[in-house]
Amino acid sequence: MKPRLPLHIGLLATAGLLSAGQALAQDASQDPVQLTMYYPVAVGGALTDVVDDLVEDFEAEHPDIDVEAIYAGNYDDTRVRAMSAIEAGEAPQLSVMFSIDLFDLIEQDVIVPFDDLVETEAEQAWLDSFYPGLMENGRLDGKTYGIPFQRSTIVLYWNRDAFEAAGLDPDQPPETWEEMAAMGAAVHEATDGEQWGVMVPSTGYPYWMFQAFAFQNGHRLMSEDGTEVYFDDPAAVEALEYWVSLAEEHEAMPDGTIEWGTLRQNFLEQSTAMIWHSTGNLTAVRNAAEFDFGVAMLPMKTQRGSPTGGGNFYVFKDTSAEEKQAAMTFIRWMTAPERAAAWSIETGYMGVSPAAYETEALRDYIETFPPAAVARDQLEHSTAELATYQGGRVRRALDNAVQAALTGQMTPAEALAQAQREADAALRRYAR
Amino acid sequence: MASLNPDRRMQIYGALLMLPAAVLLATFAYLPTIATLINSLFLPGFRGEPASFVGLENYALLIEDDTFWQVARNNLFYAVGTIPTSIALALGMALFVNARLPGRGFVRMAYFTPTILPMIAAANIWMFFYAPQIGLFNTLLEGIGVPGVNWLGDPAVALSSVIVMTVWKEAGFFMIFYLAALQGIPPELEEASNLEGTSRWSFFWRVTFPLLMPTTLFVLINALINAVRVVDHLFIMTKGGPNNATNLLLYYVYENAFSFFDRTYAATITVVILLVLAVVATVKFTVLDRRTHYQ
Amino acid sequence: MNTSTASPARASRRFSLPRLETIAAWLLAIIWIFPLLYAFWAAFHPSEFMVRFDLLAPLTLENFADAWEQAPFARYYLNTFVLVTGVVLAQFVVCTLAGFAFARFPVPGKDVLFMLVLIQLFVFPEVLIVENYRIASGLGLVDTIAGIGLPYVASAFGIFLLRQTFKTIPRELEDAARVEGCGWMAILLKVYVPLAKPTYLAYGLVSISHHWNNFLWPLVVTNSVESRPLTVGLGVFSAPETGVNWATVSAATLLSIAPLLVAFLLFQRQFVQSFLRAGIR
Repeated sequence: MKPRLPLHIGLLATAGLLSAGQALAQDASQDPVQLTMYYPVAVGGALTDVVDDLVEDFEAEHPDIDVEAIYAGNYDDTRVRAMSAIEAGEAPQLSVMFSIDLFDLIEQDVIVPFDDLVETEAEQAWLDSFYPGLMENGRLDGKTYGIPFQRSTIVLYWNRDAFEAAGLDPDQPPETWEEMAAMGAAVHEATDGEQWGVMVPSTGYPYWMFQAFAFQNGHRLMSEDGTEVYFDDPAAVEALEYWVSLAEEHEAMPDGTIEWGTLRQNFLEQSTAMIWHSTGNLTAVRNAAEFDFGVAMLPMKTQRGSPTGGGNFYVFKDTSAEEKQAAMTFIRWMTAPERAAAWSIETGYMGVSPAAYETEALRDYIETFPPAAVARDQLEHSTAELATYQGGRVRRALDNAVQAALTGQMTPAEALAQAQREADAALRRYAR
Repeated sequence: MASLNPDRRMQIYGALLMLPAAVLLATFAYLPTIATLINSLFLPGFRGEPASFVGLENYALLIEDDTFWQVARNNLFYAVGTIPTSIALALGMALFVNARLPGRGFVRMAYFTPTILPMIAAANIWMFFYAPQIGLFNTLLEGIGVPGVNWLGDPAVALSSVIVMTVWKEAGFFMIFYLAALQGIPPELEEASNLEGTSRWSFFWRVTFPLLMPTTLFVLINALINAVRVVDHLFIMTKGGPNNATNLLLYYVYENAFSFFDRTYAATITVVILLVLAVVATVKFTVLDRRTHYQ
Repeated sequence: MNTSTASPARASRRFSLPRLETIAAWLLAIIWIFPLLYAFWAAFHPSEFMVRFDLLAPLTLENFADAWEQAPFARYYLNTFVLVTGVVLAQFVVCTLAGFAFARFPVPGKDVLFMLVLIQLFVFPEVLIVENYRIASGLGLVDTIAGIGLPYVASAFGIFLLRQTFKTIPRELEDAARVEGCGWMAILLKVYVPLAKPTYLAYGLVSISHHWNNFLWPLVVTNSVESRPLTVGLGVFSAPETGVNWATVSAATLLSIAPLLVAFLLFQRQFVQSFLRAGIR
């Protein structure tokens, strides 16, 4: 009798499963510095290919560094993935993550400021080379934690053909809130309801769109240190009322929420004459549009305005000095003017530094395709994206308020008052 | 070993046979259950500090959390919306394919196919149906001059849209059990009732349906569990929105744990789910299995 | 836990449906299969035909090429394949041993233990994602295929099914084997396992389709392409915010369901029988 046999078999099966998994999860080769990086994609187009190509070029130039770029889904997915990898003790060395994840990453104490990594003057100059507007979401308490990479603002895409068909000037996008509502209503009426005037997405990142409305009305939604929000301010309520009125009053926009993900498709299928969307969609729209379209800054109430958005590079704490150095090399390479220009052309995201717009490639591109410069021009009217401690909860509170108002469940004032209460509760331990 | 009597040896041997399963069950079922209960009594660490014991504070928060109540109501509505419909449809399907029917093989396959698709794939397909303006449903509606509906974007209909998808996915699965049960009913019963001139309708209600009762209860338990367990489609279709209109308990757990980094609150909600499941299990083991024995 | 089985002999004396109900049955069948047909339509046509039905619309494989190119589906296939094979084999081993013990060995407190096992029918790994994640993380199983599979290996359902099957096997066969000098392991392998083949087939098919389709736990526990199964890869690929072209998403969806769908269509009878046998617990 061999009483231990069954246990062996059980262990064997378990071990077999284990080793099969591990064999797949590990790549051998020790020599070059190994870097793992998670990155998100939140707009259309084959962006993963673009990133893969960039990484390949980098590795060709730097044979001593291996970069494994892992596409992890949208911004929220990427945060979840990166955080869970860190928790499991397999922290990536660097990642592209939501610029507004800064507070969560600092609270979890997992990232290092770039100020600590900078050694030479050239590196310091590099750190100072980006648009200040794009650095707002990457700085806290005088230190820089995030380097801008796939950064955007919200822009207005309009269908010139549809404008013309509705008797509007095809070269004249709306300048103000009133104009946008009127033009949108005109399109909807001229087509007997076949085509909507304007669509502003209200799933995915509703708080982001709302921030644009609020800022255009002269209002910032949060404090710089990320511990307070001002959702129930009259200026914010007015902004939300305007958004709701686009559907309720002006019949320029459909009722209910509008899906972020399918909005580009809606625009391309010409079911709406105008959309608000990330500039990161620009190239994808350009490649697929079968009609003449233009891109403009968002309209204004008291001022122009859009929050910046998108992803920054972060370097994680749990990395060796050698890996940190390699990560710096990689990030500097990725954000160098030529790459920033190429990335901008491939996607529509912004060139992150003024030098990128001075490269020949991007200058020529803008000359043939002026919409590519709109996001940059709008940068001087931009504000930091909504970033606070407990960011997930706070944004969700505002998202829900926006959706509740747009779907008629609550008035804008009620919805924002509730969001304020929820955000206050989430932030109560952080008030300084 | 030699000193042990044969009975004792059998006992040890049997225990060893159970050991791998016991270790795995302890690691991935019992231990986490207990840990969930314990963690629901803590608050997560604040700015790097360790988690702190707060007693029942999380439960107090839960009771005051409007979102939690909405999510719980949603889940109840979801269960009420999916279960009776799926069961009725499943029974109907089973009756159809149990009878003589041209193309029976195809019909049965059509009913059953959704069952073998991943929920994620099903959700992808249904996204195309539900998309406003350019989706299939609204294109068809516009074709007959009816204004489109914002299927997933209007809180009044979003949950119902999700329910319809779920019913489509599940009915075929439950059909199988009814089909098995129907084939176990002696055809003599029906022949006898035909001779008596009983209408099919009253035969169904007086004979077939009562005979199918154990199957119905079994399917009901399964459907209840699925209403709690399966939230995959939400990741694609709605992410719980708009304004939590389609959020379900397990998805809310996921959000709290992995989007808000609030593991202890997630544990508290998990405890609620475990309580619900405990009720279902009790019902099953006491009421349903009262007359069957584990022999 | 009733045990009734389908008897084919009775099926021959079927009642035939009135015409109206035949129409209803067919209508329902068409509605039920329609979404899948639509996915085929969308995947094999250029994206402008998504909502325009035209019999002359050009067929194309480009959507599949796009999908294949834009996400590492080959790797996802491999991961899913390794996962499903590993889980099912491990389940067979672990559940066979435990089922055998519950069926034949006089372990003290067996009934209580068995009830404890049955609890897992209700407290399944998905509900415990938060704590299971912590445990997987502690064991270094995050982002491994083993991490996806292990929580499912000691399946209460499998133990229950095999225990029931083993109990129906006559003791005489066991005694005969013992006379020939077989030990317990040999008896298990030579007598019990071969006679339980239909149960293994049934349980295996159910388990395969469950793990092929499983999403939530794999989503939580995997981080990278190296361990992501098809469902998670598909979820990541087709999340609406990526704004991926619908036709491509349809193609990707079909890609990830194809193996199981083809297997189902080929072995429809076995599938249905398996679900039946496994379902009647």
